[in-house]
Amino acid sequence: MNRSPYISNAPSVSNIMFKVLLALIPGIVVYAWLFGGGILITLVIATATALLTEALMLRLRRRPVQPFLTDYSAIITAWLLALAIPPLAPWWLIVIGVAFAIIIAKQLYGGLGYNPFNPAMIGYAVLLISFPLLMTKWPAALSIAQTKLSFIEQFNFIFSHTLPAGVTMDAVTSATPLDYLKTQLKLNQSMDSIQAASLFGVVGGKGTEYITLAYLAGGLFLWQQKIITWHLPVAFLGTIAAIASLFWLVDSSQFSSPLIHLFSGASLLAAFFIITDPVSGPTTPKGKLYFAAGIGVITYLIRVYGGYPDGVAFAVIFMNICVPLIDTYTQPRVFGHKE
Amino acid sequence: MLTALYIMLGLALVLGAVLGFAALKFKVEGDPLIARIDAILPQTQCAQCGYPGCKPYATAIANGEADINQCPPGGDEGVHALADLMGMEYKPLNEEHGETKPKAVAFIEEDVCIGCTLCIQACPVDAILGAAKHMHTIVASECTGCELCIPPCPVDCITMEPIEETPENWKWKYPAIPIKPVMKL
Amino acid sequence: MEVSSHTNQAGNETIMNAIIDISGLVKKSKAIFNLHGGVHPPGNKAQSTQLPIGELPLPEKLVLPLRQHIGNIPKITVSINQHVLKGQLLAEAEGTVSAAIHAPTSGTIIAIEDAVIPHPSGLPDQCITIKPDGKDTWIERKTQDWRKGNLNDLVASIRLSGIVGLGGATFPTQIKLRGNGKSEVHTLVINAAECEPYITCDDMLMRERSEQLVLGIQVAQRLIGAQNVVVGVEDNKPEAIAAIQTATANTNIEVKVIPTLYPSGDARRLVHLVLGQEVPHDKRSTQVGIQVFNVATVLALYRYFEFGEPSLSRIVSMTGNVNRPQNFEVLFGTPLMHLVKAVGDAKDDTSHYIMGGPMMGFDLPSEEVPITKAANCIIAASPTLFEPATPAMPCIRCARCADACPVSLQPQELYWFAKADNFEKAQDYKLFDCIECGACSYVCPSAIPLVQYYRYAKSEVIALDKAQEAADIARERNDFRLARLEREKQERAAKHAARAQGAKAAQAAKAAGSQEGQTVTDKQAAITAAIERAKAQKAADGAVPKNTTATSTATKAEIKTIDTRRAAATKDANKLTADTDKQAKIQAAIARAKAQKAAALKAKKG
Repeated sequence: MNRSPYISNAPSVSNIMFKVLLALIPGIVVYAWLFGGGILITLVIATATALLTEALMLRLRRRPVQPFLTDYSAIITAWLLALAIPPLAPWWLIVIGVAFAIIIAKQLYGGLGYNPFNPAMIGYAVLLISFPLLMTKWPAALSIAQTKLSFIEQFNFIFSHTLPAGVTMDAVTSATPLDYLKTQLKLNQSMDSIQAASLFGVVGGKGTEYITLAYLAGGLFLWQQKIITWHLPVAFLGTIAAIASLFWLVDSSQFSSPLIHLFSGASLLAAFFIITDPVSGPTTPKGKLYFAAGIGVITYLIRVYGGYPDGVAFAVIFMNICVPLIDTYTQPRVFGHKE
Repeated sequence: MLTALYIMLGLALVLGAVLGFAALKFKVEGDPLIARIDAILPQTQCAQCGYPGCKPYATAIANGEADINQCPPGGDEGVHALADLMGMEYKPLNEEHGETKPKAVAFIEEDVCIGCTLCIQACPVDAILGAAKHMHTIVASECTGCELCIPPCPVDCITMEPIEETPENWKWKYPAIPIKPVMKL
Repeated sequence: MEVSSHTNQAGNETIMNAIIDISGLVKKSKAIFNLHGGVHPPGNKAQSTQLPIGELPLPEKLVLPLRQHIGNIPKITVSINQHVLKGQLLAEAEGTVSAAIHAPTSGTIIAIEDAVIPHPSGLPDQCITIKPDGKDTWIERKTQDWRKGNLNDLVASIRLSGIVGLGGATFPTQIKLRGNGKSEVHTLVINAAECEPYITCDDMLMRERSEQLVLGIQVAQRLIGAQNVVVGVEDNKPEAIAAIQTATANTNIEVKVIPTLYPSGDARRLVHLVLGQEVPHDKRSTQVGIQVFNVATVLALYRYFEFGEPSLSRIVSMTGNVNRPQNFEVLFGTPLMHLVKAVGDAKDDTSHYIMGGPMMGFDLPSEEVPITKAANCIIAASPTLFEPATPAMPCIRCARCADACPVSLQPQELYWFAKADNFEKAQDYKLFDCIECGACSYVCPSAIPLVQYYRYAKSEVIALDKAQEAADIARERNDFRLARLEREKQERAAKHAARAQGAKAAQAAKAAGSQEGQTVTDKQAAITAAIERAKAQKAADGAVPKNTTATSTATKAEIKTIDTRRAAATKDANKLTADTDKQAKIQAAIARAKAQKAAALKAKKG
């Protein structure tokens, strides 16, 4: 019966996870505004899949269903994956991705608190490897697309993969800035001419840069709420900025500016929402710095030298493997002990 | 083709050197095996394992003559520790050798004791005091609870008294969330 | 992680200035150092500081547990039905670490028996019960001149005072002062932080008894010979700070006001806060020249020397779910409910009582328990005051606990190891540096009872260590016994051989043989006779040994198994010692043969 302390001042797990979802809302709103309501459809499918598979697995594992469904952690996985894949991908793509993330990457390892890898990133990696074509077919922002799809048209495209009569695939899709950079550099185009393309905006991709700014705002909210510490985002973004600046200063015709790296791809989403997953990340302050810096380095290397336009998912998964090692070697000095 | 071969060869050499160096540098200078096994055994000297004491049993384990699951006082934890040390698979305690009981100490009913010294001869740790034709008594703090003094006693005056829980030896229990955490006293 | 200093200075200086304004004194306060982690639980101290320290009427009975301090149980020096005077010794300190117990009032000892004590185990323990005679007659009090008296005598006499650390640790005070007369201790830290919520006994003591407190500090200072004295007090007690500032005005005692942060009242944390010095984990603070005393302890020291009063009472905060929370000067042994009555009873929804604060306290096992030297605070608990524990969720490794830990431990890792009974690893992660302050549980979003896991792990490690120690002793004794048996056997063999070699060897050997046989049969006869006697006595007395009737079949079966086991064991033992046996036998045989030869030769000659 002795259970001191008798008092507590902690937000519940649900509370923390709910705030993370809340912090994603600005990004989603901007996303929907720029790319159309299709993303909302994907989010709904992802959420439903996550809750269903989570409940199913909890039932199979004979664990209480209600407390774990209401901790919102499955929904975070679903949303992160939904935001990471192309928004007009067929409905079954997100279903497969989320189901894999929840069943294999989370529940089979023991559910909340026990997954060694970030489930959303595992789901993303599986989709990227299995369906590379679908995963790189991004719709153009409505402002630069030749044909603007309405919500109903997006809905039809997601569920039946049919476009309105007379609209070609090329008319609605566009390369992502990082993808475009990579292919054009291979074609020996100069950096200036590449960046003059219409899909580039002020600091990143046209349109997408506003989404990343919204993620930044959400991230700052999480930091203000003390749900995340500064270590991970600062170390991650700092590392990317530092390496990108170095390469860019050495040869700005071959390497894009640090701003492009920070505001394109999944950089800001990762900085505040993906690498901050506490379960699969390190716990020591120093360890967080190493972990995030490692992700930054690997992400940059994959972007510049790897086969994929963005590398956050693989970088996160790789660094997840290193977490026990990082934690072991970054133990802080205990009071009254020497280093 | 040749390059690959060279790389593999070089790697093998380098890694071999590292391993060899590590083996020398981090060599574990341990006690001889028997002493390490003996350190795990509870030293009850009760002979329940079939050997006349803990050390003989340790020797038998080291020689591969005895199994690791013959020590009831050592309990499950003891078997786990032995399995760990010997690099063997854990197996549950062999019931032929008895079952693990809560620790107890022998108690001599002093009115009944006739002073025959048979129990003194049986005690493996000399924890019984007394002389011929004089009442004997047990030094409770030294008693291992092996029960070896019970059978020789001709008047059955020795009993095993379980050690009582007091505020002194009380332990905090494994945390369990109570189902009804609030109860009126 | 270097703990940076000076960062809190600015904030404190404002507070300091405010206080200086209040007290009209100018005292320079040096930097306050930073603590890693810590939490800010709601203080809830105002409730019990509205009324001054109260006095209680004499209770019906006083129940004094012998176990009120850390260390050995004291030895009882009185007997049942004996009349004792106030301040009379009831039990004297036994061994080095122990403390005496005195009669808190005059009366008759009506019981010396096991009773429930305020201990988390809820197990009963030995207690002395006194029925007060209502006269409160003092025994003759012996005062001592603490300003000039011989230091060794003064320190030695504290053993008779029964004073223990009243901050809650209840470590016998004489140990903390002993042998320090030569003064390797240069700094005395007085712990007035009182960082735990609800507890206000030290606060009220400083407000009302600051003059005596300062004298008490000077007693401790003289006894340990410290040049510097620092009083550490949290800034949530402005009245107490003002009082102590005034009282220390013309002394060299420095008052340091530290920011309110739980657990700054932990001795090692406080030393770091006020002196910027970390006491190494494997050393006592005295080994680095620092000694820490609680305010109530030094006050008790002063009263012991100045008035000859041993430790008979303490200030207790009675608060929580009661009608009029208040502090009281409570005699040790006072039944809990007597104290509860004094605050106008507990409210109806009170579920139980907690001793100590809400962060580190424990549930009292019953309403029957007495107030002891450790009882700084009693909180009446109700489900609304302290919400029932919610089911724990899995750890999500958010590391909030690590951020809150004042020792910079990794609570999430310790939890993991403790939960898996991986005690070795838990110790690698410095399990025993944990002070069980509860800051980690306080901030845990998964509501994991972290501290309970650490207590469990520590308990297990201590028990395992004890078992290991016992096993080592048993091994040593067994080895010794085996060596002794071997030695005896060899001595017998040697004697045998020597005897056999003597003149008239054959005869002597024969005679010895028959004699030996004689003794054996003699012995057997004696044993059977004794058995007969015992049986007869048993029949006469009606005394029956427990294990022949009560558990006959079971015991008999058990004895049988033990018998067979033993037989097998001896057989194996024989096998094992066969080598040495054989050698001895061979030698003996050789000796016998020689003797026979000699005898034959003699006979031939004869």
